[in-house]
Amino acid sequence: MTKEEALFNYCLRLGDSSLILGQRMSEWCSNGPIIEEDIALTNIALDLIGQARTMLTYAGQLEGKGRTEDDFAYKRNEREFYNTLLSERPNGHFGDTTIRNFLHSAYYYHLFKVLSNSKDEMIAAHSVKSLKEVTYHLRHSAEWVVRLGDGTEESHQKVQKSFNDLWEYTGDLFEMNKVDELLIKEGIAVDLNDVKKEWLKTINEVLDRATLSKPEDAYMHSGRLNAIHSEYLGHLLAEMQFLPRAYPDAKW
Amino acid sequence: MNNTDNQGDVWEVFVQSKPGLPHKHAGSVHATDKEMALQNARDMYTRRNEGTCIWVVPLDAIVSSMPEDSGSFFEPSDDKIYRHPTHYVMPEGAKHI
Repeated sequence: MTKEEALFNYCLRLGDSSLILGQRMSEWCSNGPIIEEDIALTNIALDLIGQARTMLTYAGQLEGKGRTEDDFAYKRNEREFYNTLLSERPNGHFGDTTIRNFLHSAYYYHLFKVLSNSKDEMIAAHSVKSLKEVTYHLRHSAEWVVRLGDGTEESHQKVQKSFNDLWEYTGDLFEMNKVDELLIKEGIAVDLNDVKKEWLKTINEVLDRATLSKPEDAYMHSGRLNAIHSEYLGHLLAEMQFLPRAYPDAKW
Repeated sequence: MNNTDNQGDVWEVFVQSKPGLPHKHAGSVHATDKEMALQNARDMYTRRNEGTCIWVVPLDAIVSSMPEDSGSFFEPSDDKIYRHPTHYVMPEGAKHI
């Protein structure tokens, strides 16, 4: 594997996770619990889609075969997506979405923080810009975790269950393979074990404030690195890709 | 919070577009506490680069004059044009006077 091939894959990971989570968030459009939250959730969706555009465009340049951001988003199948398993989890109720976003935003926050010093200029610039966005996503979701966790008995029980259900998808966030190994040596990527330590600190802090308990580490799903997904990604792609696949020459 | 909905209290939102300028009323949001009011205001009213600072104020903290007050409050100044600083020459380059 060359450095370019590894970097190409790395960009797909970052781009795909933002794209898929962004698509999930866009499903909240017009379904938010109140108008303010509806707009907050779709603002986050737009931030994420913007992040995906940068990374997928860059992936296309690295690959050098003329593929555009749209080609990557709309003309790939499930087994070609490298997004985190967490990002494709269904929205469920507002508490489920809140917990998923919190776990993922905290991951992105600590990841982009260190990637801001990446030796690859594009990755570094992308991380600096995205860090500002995910800092807000983290703040927004963490505040909701606290309010739901430390809210009523019902809201506490509901989000504790969301946490317990989603926890098994968090191991996947920190798995690494040869791509990471090669790019860490080049000073481009970062060791996800270090990111995990910081991530756990954030999770524990917020869980404490929210009077929630951290689920036990039991079975962890994995798949991101090998483009293996849950059954939910196919349904998500079917909706997201329908129009460009049915009308390939459609223009905005 | 009133009993007819569960959206939280109403907060009035004031946005400052540039440092040094006054905060202007932008609208209102629902929220159950200060932090969420601030976040909701950020999401609703600064999406298009409108602001550098936001204030949120609980609606019931605002005291407003009433329409019936307008005669005694505002009309007495109608015929006192000498209170306007119209006879001064504006210094060049002063944009926000």
